[in-house]
Amino acid sequence: MTQTALILGIGNVLWADEGFGVRCVEHLADRLAYGDDVTVLDGGTQGLYLLPFLEEADVLVVFDAVDYGLPPGTVKVVEGDAVPRFMGARKMSLHQTGFQDVIATAQLMGYCPEALLLVGCQPEELEDYGGGLRAIVAARILEAVQIARDWLAARGFRAIDGPTVSDTLADASIRHAAYEDGRPSEDDACRTGDPRFFPVAG
Amino acid sequence: MVIQTPNGYTLDNGGTRVVVDPVTRIEGHMRCEVNVNDQNIITNAVSTGTMWRGLEVILKGRDPRDAWAFTERICGVCTGTHALTSVRAVEDALGINIPENANSIRNMMQLALEIHDHVVHFYHLHALDWVNPINALKADPKATSELQQTAGPNHPLSSPGYFRDVQNRLKKFVESGQLGLFKNGYWDNPAYLLPPEADLMATTHYLEALDLQKEIVKVHTIFGGKNPHPNWLVGGVPCPINMNGVGSVGAINMERLNMVSAIIDRAQEFNRNVYIPDVKAIGGFYRNWLYGGGLSSQACLAYGDIPENPNDFSPEQLHLPRGAIVGGNMDEVLDVDPRDPEQVQEFVDHSWYTYGEPGKGLHPWDGITEPKYELGPNARGTRTNIQELDEAAKYSWIKAPRWRGHAMEVGPLARYIIGYAKGHEDITDQVDRLLSDMDLPKEALFSTLGRTAARALESEYCGRLQRHFFDKMISNIRNGDESTANVAKWDPSTWPTSARGVGMTEAPRGALGHWIRIENGRIDNYQCVVPTTWNGSPRDTAGNIGAFEASLMNTRVERPDEPVEVLRTLHSFDPCLACSTHVMSPDGQELANVKVR
Repeated sequence: MTQTALILGIGNVLWADEGFGVRCVEHLADRLAYGDDVTVLDGGTQGLYLLPFLEEADVLVVFDAVDYGLPPGTVKVVEGDAVPRFMGARKMSLHQTGFQDVIATAQLMGYCPEALLLVGCQPEELEDYGGGLRAIVAARILEAVQIARDWLAARGFRAIDGPTVSDTLADASIRHAAYEDGRPSEDDACRTGDPRFFPVAG
Repeated sequence: MVIQTPNGYTLDNGGTRVVVDPVTRIEGHMRCEVNVNDQNIITNAVSTGTMWRGLEVILKGRDPRDAWAFTERICGVCTGTHALTSVRAVEDALGINIPENANSIRNMMQLALEIHDHVVHFYHLHALDWVNPINALKADPKATSELQQTAGPNHPLSSPGYFRDVQNRLKKFVESGQLGLFKNGYWDNPAYLLPPEADLMATTHYLEALDLQKEIVKVHTIFGGKNPHPNWLVGGVPCPINMNGVGSVGAINMERLNMVSAIIDRAQEFNRNVYIPDVKAIGGFYRNWLYGGGLSSQACLAYGDIPENPNDFSPEQLHLPRGAIVGGNMDEVLDVDPRDPEQVQEFVDHSWYTYGEPGKGLHPWDGITEPKYELGPNARGTRTNIQELDEAAKYSWIKAPRWRGHAMEVGPLARYIIGYAKGHEDITDQVDRLLSDMDLPKEALFSTLGRTAARALESEYCGRLQRHFFDKMISNIRNGDESTANVAKWDPSTWPTSARGVGMTEAPRGALGHWIRIENGRIDNYQCVVPTTWNGSPRDTAGNIGAFEASLMNTRVERPDEPVEVLRTLHSFDPCLACSTHVMSPDGQELANVKVR
């Protein structure tokens, strides 16, 4: 039977650098053309809704903003069994079922893909509801996509230049460029930098 | 200090203060503080949303036709219901009527979400408050099979061998050290009352429900083009119908409708043969644990949903009932008008927002989302590391919505109490049968278990409604109507300069409203009042406590440092803090962190 791969971006595009994973799959789909054996998916902050996609995949690449305590913008690559452990290092988004729980559930049910790759990026800013990716994080998207491309190529999933047509990506109105262009100015919508309502954990 | 609240509670903040932060197995970030006296009875409860949500702020200036795509990202669970509420608000503002098929498809999608959410909530978020999966390892598979055949005789998966296999699988999982999913529990707490066989039966259904939930959401994939994040459209639904099409991309054809039909049947079999029997069986072991009713016997609110015909939201046309009950008067269900500036108002005297002057309530069309973070004089800790809140001052990122000044409970139980009080035939039948099967009085409804049971009954009722709208759509299509969208007012040049509208739904967790103001084709103001804002609200100006707070009052906890009873009742509301509130403390941990002071 033919092997299939899932390329999954997770995170919330409304929470600044938390949108890293979703933006990565958008950029990947814009630049790389994969065949029918590869699904490119914007997973948002969904939990159990992602199980059917995991069940169908033999190989899984996940892009996500993950806090490793490294300098902002550092790309960190983790493979295999270490993936859920790293994702569980710090739960920082609103995923009801954190992705590590999704993997655990998939394992319990026998759905889990055989090969896992996590391409993570250390965020600079999460406390900016309505904000976009910070420059230092956005600058790593191409590198992150290349890592995934090479890893998949080594497993027989080769891309050529050109877009992947996918109906499992974000609606056009919240794609990266549209989202950034339509954002109200910070004067209209102060979202960040005010310590009154953005205290950090003591 | 002892305080009497206008809504009838005696609060005493003496004794021991127990802090649960974060409350786990919910969507979003929530903290709860309770005072417990020397008999371990809760005498004061403080519920706090620990995140700030500024959706209103980020939608300003956007195209109203795109608002649904943003609101879909608020939350990791109820994506579709926010999207539906949003397109309804825009259609209301612009006077857009949707076609018959669009109404049926939207209803089927909303009902699929209700069923999915209820099943996942019960088995994957709430069951672990009642069921001990570790104890299931001690069960006798043969006795479990007998229990299954008594509790749910119509469920085919009931052989001793089946339960033995599941038990072995579970054993392997636990022995591999991956307690993972089950690590949140206080598994040796005496508050767990099930025999091992009931634990094994329920844990087995936990696994079956995982398989089923993947099917239920395919209704969204088929009608919404994809899931997660299905597509929505102002004016109807984005999927064309082409009955004779074979494999045509994106269009609804007979092959896809047959899939929907099969999913509806499969989910309904589960509701009838597994979910409701499980609630009865588990509930039977906890029949004396009737805490947690809170406001449900006093004040309930529902906007109603699932309109029989498109564009008609009059109460008699809604399958999920609309109405308000106040002062515990079940003989009179009052009608609810979300446009009336006197009815729905939000107060912020105890919330970390400001309206510029104290004591003011604002209708959502005039809503303001301006943060003001300050702790009261009796708060302990620091601004960035709170040890104990001062509930006499501002203490939550959730506003306090009130209906004509009353704190209200919303959600499946509120809908069922309103439906029952109105004499809604299907609801009354279901409730009476459940109470008689369990040999419980009506008053038993007003409890944590009542909330959990109402959700199960509603899941089954929603399954019947799904079938109704499926058949209705097929018959409408056979009569020649394949229309799914009205795009007459798609172009902003057809819109008035100023418009305002409101969209209402009954989300799985309760009454959800989006209020929109449009100026020159762009969003000028957008306010969401979500179910957990109602249920998780802090005190208001008058001192009324909110539904979560009320539900915890007078509950006895076995061990204050393992507040499983608190989690049980809070989880019974299916709290969803993501859309009701901003992360104050980004280092949320998997295990509920409990501090006893």
